[in-house]
Amino acid sequence: MKYLYYPGCSLKATGRAYEESTLAVFEALEQQLEELQDWNCCGATAYMSVDEMKAFTLGARNLALAERQDGDGEVALVAPCSGCYLVLSKTQHYLDQYKTVRQRVQGALQTAKLSYDGRVHVRHPLDILVNEVGIQAIAAKVQHPLRGLKVACYYGCQIVRPYAAFDDQVNPMCMDRLVQALGAEAVDWPLKTRCCGGSLLGTQPQVGLPLSYILLQEARKRGAQVVATACPLCQFNLECYQGPMRRRFHDNLELPVVYFTQLVGLALGISRRRLGLQRSLVPWRWQPGAQEGSAHVPA
Amino acid sequence: MATSQSWPRFKYEAELDLRFPEEIASMPGGHALYSCIQCGTCSGTCPLATYMDYSPRKIIAMTRAGFKEEVLNSFTIWLCASCYACAVECPRQIKITDFMSELKQRAIHEQVTPKRLPAAVLAREFYHLVLRRGRNSEARLILRLYAKTNPFQALRLAGLGWRLFRTGRLPLRAEGIRHKRQLQQMLSAVGAAGEVGG
Repeated sequence: MKYLYYPGCSLKATGRAYEESTLAVFEALEQQLEELQDWNCCGATAYMSVDEMKAFTLGARNLALAERQDGDGEVALVAPCSGCYLVLSKTQHYLDQYKTVRQRVQGALQTAKLSYDGRVHVRHPLDILVNEVGIQAIAAKVQHPLRGLKVACYYGCQIVRPYAAFDDQVNPMCMDRLVQALGAEAVDWPLKTRCCGGSLLGTQPQVGLPLSYILLQEARKRGAQVVATACPLCQFNLECYQGPMRRRFHDNLELPVVYFTQLVGLALGISRRRLGLQRSLVPWRWQPGAQEGSAHVPA
Repeated sequence: MATSQSWPRFKYEAELDLRFPEEIASMPGGHALYSCIQCGTCSGTCPLATYMDYSPRKIIAMTRAGFKEEVLNSFTIWLCASCYACAVECPRQIKITDFMSELKQRAIHEQVTPKRLPAAVLAREFYHLVLRRGRNSEARLILRLYAKTNPFQALRLAGLGWRLFRTGRLPLRAEGIRHKRQLQQMLSAVGAAGEVGG
């Protein structure tokens, strides 16, 4: 199956390991990812706070480019960043629901001889792995089961709320099931969709820092050895601010935070370097026990 | 930072701005503002409510009542991290998160936000960066944010910046798209078409 790929800014910078591991995993699972040509910034939540019509126009240009690049029929556009995923879905929602928005945005698209017909389906790689490739199929390809590893699966907010329909909005389970299929244990962690603080860790750290700290503290209490994320901003907040958290809360906290795609890749036998694990600031040295080397297939 | 609860002061009818709720309700889907039953589910769900000067429920009540100045000057609107927890729980299906964005837009438009409030500076800098180049460069955005708010903070985070740079996570080159002019034309076209209606 072929998918168009919308990286967004983070996957080219702070979230590079997310791009590397997503591309490697999709390749290993024989799913084709083709980058959207000349994609522009999705606008993120910041643009929505300045000018929402311009924000929808930014989103719509990407949707229109996706239709143009992929010919006829339905187009699947994969957006790994939760922010991009949300904004692109929100743009679709507003174009679909509100005629005035649609008219103005279509008018703007026309100045560049673009148009959007509504053929794009915005999807998250977690959704693709679980619902298209399938957990059973992934389990069958596991070469190094992650036996003995305890994972806290963090979905964050914007891939499950408010537009996503592929899992529950408060207690999603698909990443937990995926991680179990890799041989690891998903710890019971009720904060899996609680806000990490988003950009507040950079703008209002006195408020943002505790939000992320609460998540990590609870994950540690529940025995997690690693937190798996599905969003570059969540990953950044939870990993890179551990220094400031240690200072502020007088805690010796050190909990590795990776992308769920890095866990999948590790189990599939992809090298740590190809998965970008050397880019972690909180080093994670855990190695899957390469004991039997046989595939782990749940009954 | 206002962590303690503050209350809107008593106001006479003549002091209220009754056009304000109408303006806000004119955003797409904004009429839902009037269907709020003040149940407080939003405030109960909001992970940031404890840090806000007015809870989300109060912001809605104050908006409807015409407390324009208090609402637009509130810290609350800039603390909303857009996690949508309130929006999915609201029994009247009000898009509370989108209301918060709308209020941020008004506050920026009317220039009532404090000049150095980092959340507002971030939004504006992001806006200009993308307008010029079509993409955001994280390194540049962070530098601008700290340069315009708290240069001292940048020094404290220099160590983190260096580690990110060393691991290849903070490329300094400016990202941009090929058809910048095309994008700018589109953005000015949509901006020129007047106010957003429902």
